[in-house]
Amino acid sequence: MSAAPPEASGPNPGGPSPFRSLLSRLGPLLGLVAVWSLFAVTVKEGNFITWENQRLMLLQTAIVGTAAVGATLVIVSGGIDLSVGSAIALGTVVVALLLQAGVPPFLAGLGGTVFGALVGAAIGAMVTGQIAAVSAFLVAGSLVSWVGGALELSLWVSIPAAAAVGAAAFWWTARSGVARIPLSPFIVTLALWGGLRGIAKGLGDNKPVYLEAGSDPWLVDLMVNQESGPFAVAAPGVWIMLAVATFTALLLRHTRFGRHVYAIGSNEETARLCGIQVERRKIGIYAFASACAGLAAVLQFSYLGFGDPTSASGLELQVIAAVVIGGASLAGGEGSVLGTLVGALIMTVVDNGCTNLELANWVQEIVTGAIILGAVVVDRLRHR
Amino acid sequence: MSDTPRTAEPRLVARGLRKVFGPTVALDDVSFEIGAGEVHALLGENGAGKSTLLKILAGVHCADHGTVEIEGRRWQPSDPDAARRGGLAMIHQELALAPHLDVAENVMLGIEPTRGPLIDHRRLRDRARQALARVGRSELPLRAPVSTLGIADRQLVEIARAVALGARIVVLDEPTSSLGKGDVERLFTLIRELRDEGTSVVYVSHFLEEVRAVADRFTVLRDGKTITSGAVAEHDDQALVQAMVGREVEDFYPRSTRTPGETLVEIQAVTGAPTPRSASLALRRGEVVGIAGLVGAGRTEFLRAIFGLDPIRSGSVSVAAFGNLPADRPDRRWLARIGMVSEDRKREGLALDLSVAENMTLPSLDRFLSPRALEARSRPFIDRLGIRCATPAQPVGALSGGNQQKVAVARLLDADVDVLLLDEPTRGVDVGARATIYSAVDDLARGADGKPPRAVLIVSSYLPELLGTCDRIAVMTRGQLGPARPVGELDEHSILLEAVGSAS
Repeated sequence: MSAAPPEASGPNPGGPSPFRSLLSRLGPLLGLVAVWSLFAVTVKEGNFITWENQRLMLLQTAIVGTAAVGATLVIVSGGIDLSVGSAIALGTVVVALLLQAGVPPFLAGLGGTVFGALVGAAIGAMVTGQIAAVSAFLVAGSLVSWVGGALELSLWVSIPAAAAVGAAAFWWTARSGVARIPLSPFIVTLALWGGLRGIAKGLGDNKPVYLEAGSDPWLVDLMVNQESGPFAVAAPGVWIMLAVATFTALLLRHTRFGRHVYAIGSNEETARLCGIQVERRKIGIYAFASACAGLAAVLQFSYLGFGDPTSASGLELQVIAAVVIGGASLAGGEGSVLGTLVGALIMTVVDNGCTNLELANWVQEIVTGAIILGAVVVDRLRHR
Repeated sequence: MSDTPRTAEPRLVARGLRKVFGPTVALDDVSFEIGAGEVHALLGENGAGKSTLLKILAGVHCADHGTVEIEGRRWQPSDPDAARRGGLAMIHQELALAPHLDVAENVMLGIEPTRGPLIDHRRLRDRARQALARVGRSELPLRAPVSTLGIADRQLVEIARAVALGARIVVLDEPTSSLGKGDVERLFTLIRELRDEGTSVVYVSHFLEEVRAVADRFTVLRDGKTITSGAVAEHDDQALVQAMVGREVEDFYPRSTRTPGETLVEIQAVTGAPTPRSASLALRRGEVVGIAGLVGAGRTEFLRAIFGLDPIRSGSVSVAAFGNLPADRPDRRWLARIGMVSEDRKREGLALDLSVAENMTLPSLDRFLSPRALEARSRPFIDRLGIRCATPAQPVGALSGGNQQKVAVARLLDADVDVLLLDEPTRGVDVGARATIYSAVDDLARGADGKPPRAVLIVSSYLPELLGTCDRIAVMTRGQLGPARPVGELDEHSILLEAVGSAS
């Protein structure tokens, strides 16, 4: 190849200086340190800086943090999920019902997570225009579960059967050439925000779902600090959050899927031009995010000790706030798992610190609001 | 034309303008004068500082040093609206119209006549009609939403808006980039009329023949400095290009002897909705094929249909080793070693927030990857195409248009495709980057990098480019693709005749 002629173009556009790029990566972390130090100084008698309080704050972050790590994918891809809180409430009910039916704790927890993934796949499918196929899945699946219930089949038969028939109905409808009607994720998840909570209430007969007295599955111990063992530093739920976060950070940075998430969020048309199967990717993104919400539901169930269809209300906004404080752009293309975790921690620290200062709840809420605005303003300034 | 009488007092005088953005000096001691009733061409490569200069005139930026005077008075608009009201109207490449509002409302946007607190719709329509009449389009339906108009008419609506404002200076920023030949002629007539009525017109373009056709005087910017000003008629093309580029441009369209090999892609009777109509074409190894035609003839749609970006009604695209490619699946095209450069860099071609490396490697990522390895992978292509960027990790949006386009082309090199579909590959690209892209195309078509020669398909509205780079050219007319004929049998005249549908 002949040498490209030296181009007499304009001044070389300077890249970001190393200092600024470091600052922009560490921005949320510096915010966390600042907020933490503020409370460390102002809370009397060192109540805030005790080791126990640090453990407590980690624990208080686990549920929002786990869900927010998943939501990072959605927001980076340019989407939004308003149904996280309702999905978590439904998840707690599903886990409780599974335990009630005698499913072993591990499988019940897995069941809650997989159920979450399924909800997410449905969101993704509706966003990409497959609402007809999702409806077919629901109708066929419900029909089979109803038949299973009438024949008094065991859950081990009826759940897989319903899932299999539902999946077949989904596949058949998606292939049938029925019109695709893409919907905005805001609308789809706004509908599910109400719908999922309704399902949770229906499944729980409008009441919390308690376990039988005396049954004490280990699943309810995830949100308690352990006093012995190699992982005793923090509760199992915190380790679960950190494991999910590590996995997701690697997924976003070091896999094709992860880079496609950024590409779709940055410019969906370019992603399509570059041969990325945007529809399929979106289903994967929402499924992964909702699986994280399902895992958060397991933690929420563990924290409560029962399934509660009215729990976690408004949690979706805390999740979105954590992601945004962590430096993600709601327009897509930007955001990181580390930032999201830091964002979730900032909200916990403010919450915990204000409580320790014995400030009223309304003060905390105003402070959190101010931090969200502040984080976005700082982010804008950084991008100048 | 060159000896337009200069009024003693020029309408606009800029002296010693300087503008710095962070580490970048965008403008450095820029001075020029524009007379009343003069069409003044502003020339320069992308990144030379034209956009910054225009933004200072239009009140978007404020100069760090230097002054602008209009009719002897200091010109310091606080914002674009103040500039508009002060009599300077800017007409951008991306038209600033409200698509849902109708023609009359758009012409009068921001200057709606009122009666008390209410808009006086009758006067609004009267004044819009007068303005449209002055730009020669009185027949435009005043009540049609602007979204129903073609691109040329939208541009006229915007010029009519400038007229309605009573602008004394009209700035046109690459106004012909999406116009067909006839529309360009009409636009030039209008510009001359505006000039004869005493309006000053600043005309920004990459095309010297346009400058020659419509401009009286010119100023060349390079690297943020004024290089030269003068009367267009007193400078030949070679001199102008040399001033813009700062070096001699030899061999602008390199074309080595190429030997067409086997057929790589067989396109058969591809029919879209509504264009193209039953278009067939074979692409052979070692051959550059061009598609000419008017804007709106369906050339872009043809390329998008081939690449699976738009649905097709019937027809097939087959690749020698891969058989028929399923419609609607760009991913299968990349697998079959076909790549495409989009005509619309910002909207589709590039993810501007993502890095140079990521944009370059996006179609062909491994399942597991490391960002650093991607950057290393992109480096050879950055060198090969002379892409000016600070690091491969720099967001592509920070580069100049020409360098962005090179990144879009480099993506096909990285994916190591056999077939390149290039849609307006040099639109909005400066002369230097154009030369680079032409020589890259030539190198690929003859296999200069040691790999088998590639097949290249170029869509372009710029005939000298097609005639200079292609071996065969087919003309598309209202969705119908003519036969691809050897370039030796064609010239601009015959292609245009075919494009407007009057040949044979």
